[in-house]
Amino acid sequence: MGFPHQPHPRETTVLSKYFGDADARTLDGWKKRGGYKALEKALGMAPADIVNVVKESGLRGRGGAGFPTGLKWSFMKPGDGKPHYLCCNADESEPGTFKDRELMRWTPHALVEGCAIGAYAIGAETAYIYIRGEFTEPLYWMEKAVKEAYAAGIIGKNAMGSGKRIDVHVHKGAGAYICGEETALMNSLEGRRGNPRIKPPFPAVSGVFGMPTTINNVETLIAAAPILLNGADWYKKMCLSNPKSTGTKLFSVCGNVVRPGTYEVVMGFPFREFLYDLCGGPLHGRKFKAVIPGGASVPIQTMDEAEATLMDYEGFVEKGSMLGSGGVIVIDDAQPMVTVIARIARFFAHESCAQCTQCREGTAWTTKILERIRDGEGTMEDLDTLMDIAEQMTGKTICVLSDSCAVPVVSGINKFRNEFEALIQGRRFHPVNAAVA
Amino acid sequence: MTPELVGGLESPDYASHDHDAHEPYAPVFTGDVRRELDELLGRYPNKMAALLPALWIVQRERGWVPEEGMVEVAELLELTPAYVKGVVTFYTMYHQHPVGKYFIQVCTTSPCGICGAEDVVKAFLRHTNAGELGVTSPDGKFTVIEVECLGACGFATPVMVNEEFVESMTPDKVPDLLARLT
Repeated sequence: MGFPHQPHPRETTVLSKYFGDADARTLDGWKKRGGYKALEKALGMAPADIVNVVKESGLRGRGGAGFPTGLKWSFMKPGDGKPHYLCCNADESEPGTFKDRELMRWTPHALVEGCAIGAYAIGAETAYIYIRGEFTEPLYWMEKAVKEAYAAGIIGKNAMGSGKRIDVHVHKGAGAYICGEETALMNSLEGRRGNPRIKPPFPAVSGVFGMPTTINNVETLIAAAPILLNGADWYKKMCLSNPKSTGTKLFSVCGNVVRPGTYEVVMGFPFREFLYDLCGGPLHGRKFKAVIPGGASVPIQTMDEAEATLMDYEGFVEKGSMLGSGGVIVIDDAQPMVTVIARIARFFAHESCAQCTQCREGTAWTTKILERIRDGEGTMEDLDTLMDIAEQMTGKTICVLSDSCAVPVVSGINKFRNEFEALIQGRRFHPVNAAVA
Repeated sequence: MTPELVGGLESPDYASHDHDAHEPYAPVFTGDVRRELDELLGRYPNKMAALLPALWIVQRERGWVPEEGMVEVAELLELTPAYVKGVVTFYTMYHQHPVGKYFIQVCTTSPCGICGAEDVVKAFLRHTNAGELGVTSPDGKFTVIEVECLGACGFATPVMVNEEFVESMTPDKVPDLLARLT
C-alpha cells in the first residue's frame, strides 16, 4: 500500500497489506493474520515440489536482475553431501529503493517465514539475513522476530515439529553499497572485505563458505509464502502485460512527487497512471522532467518514455530503461540534470570497492568531470571524454558497479544534452524552462 | 553548493578531540560480552565469519574501533591484526577515530539531494558548531558527516543520530532535534 499514505484503490496489496499495522510485527499478530501457514504447508511438501510451484508461478528476483526464482532454486542439487546455505540480501542500498526496509520493519515474520521456506526448498539448514548496518529499525524488528520464532519452535532444530533443522540468523553489515552484490555479500558474511568475486564459480556451486548457496532478495523470499498458499495460477494471473512478468511488485517512490512512499501494483501497470494518480503527480507549480525508475543504476527516462511505459521487466526495457529494484526517483523541472547525475556518479565513486581499475579510476574521473561541468568550468570536449570513459567502464569489470555508474551518465548526456551544453556555454540553469532551452 | 567533503572523494577524517584515545585500552571481551561473542560464534561454520559482529561489539563498548580492539578481535578469531585492520578500513561504519557523543549522518545522495538535503547538512553544521564535515564540535558533542544513501529515500531527508533513525528532516527541525540531544 502507498505507505506512509492511505492505500490507493488501484493498488493490489499482497506483500504490503500490513504496512503501518504495528500488531503484525509480533508473532501472535502475525499468526492471527495467517502467518506461518505457508511454512507449515511447505514443510509437508517435498522440496522439489516447492521449487516447481515457484517456477510455475513465474516469480522473478526482485533485487534487480529479475532472474527466475524457481530456476535459481533448482540449481541447488539435493543429496550432494555438502551443507547448503540460503542468503537473504537485505543490504538494500540502491539509491531510490526502500521497499525492503518497509517489509522488514512492518512484517519481519514474513521474512523469517520466507527464509525458512526458501531454506527448506533448497536443502539448506541455515539461512543468513544480511541487513545493511544503517537499517537500525529493520535490524531491531528482524532480530526480535527471529528470537520469537526460535522460542516458539517455528525455526530451530525441529522447525514446526517437522524434524527438519532450519536456522535463521541476522547478520549486520557495516556500511558498503557493494555488499548488495551477491558475491561481495558472501565475502562480507565470511568476515572479509566486501570485494565481489569473479564468476564462475556461481554461488550455487561455490557460494558462502565455499558451499552451494542461493541468494535471494527480501521481497522475493516474502513472495514465496503467498504463492505456496494460493497456488502458482493465482500468482500467474496477476499480470497486466507481458506474461513473463507475473505477480505484484513493490515500487518505492521518492524525489519531487506529492506522495512519496511504497506502492504495490500488479506487473504491467501503466506508469503514467502510477505517477499521476497513485503518487499524486508533481508538486504544486512544477512539472515532471525525468524519472529513474529502478534505482540509481538504471537509465534515466524522459517523461515521454516514462508515460508510455508498462511497469514490468520487459516494459521498462522497451522504453529505454530497466525495472531494476523498483526504486522510482522522480525529478522535476526545478532540478538541474547535471547536478543530479554528478551526485549519482559521486555515489558510485564513493562506493567502488576499487579492485578493478576501470571502476576505481572511471567512477572518480567521471565525478570530477561532471562536477566541473556543473560548476560551469566544463568544455564540450568533456562530454566526449565522459562518453569514452563510460564505454571503457562497461562490461569490463568483475561486477556491474562500474557499468552502473556509466548508465546514468550516458543516458543523461543522450537525453538531456541541452542542459550539459547550456552549462558549458555559460548559460545558467533556469529551472522551469531548462527542459526546452 | 555543499561544503566539500574533507579530502574530496576520500572518506572524511573523523578527527576529533582524542578524549578516548588517551585512556588505556581495557579488553572488551570479558564476562557477558565474551559470552555474547561465544553465542555469535555458534552461528557460523568458522571463526572468521564473526569478525563483523565482533567489531560491532568493540564499537558499541568503546565508541570506536581502536587498534588495540583490532588486536583483541584478531587474537580471539585467530586472525592477524593486519587482516582485521584491512577489513575495518573497508567498511564506512566502523569509526577509526573517536567521534563526538552524537554522530550525525545526513543522507545527501541524489534522491535526498533533489529534496533539499544540502540545506539540512548546512543547518546541522551551523547549529552544532561543528562547522565542517567530519570535524567534532568544540564541546565534543557532535560530529556531522554526509552519508551515501540511507535507504529511506521516500522520507527525505533521513538522518542517523548514532543508532537512531530520524525521517523527513528539514532545516527548521534541526534545532529541536539537537535540543533533545544532551
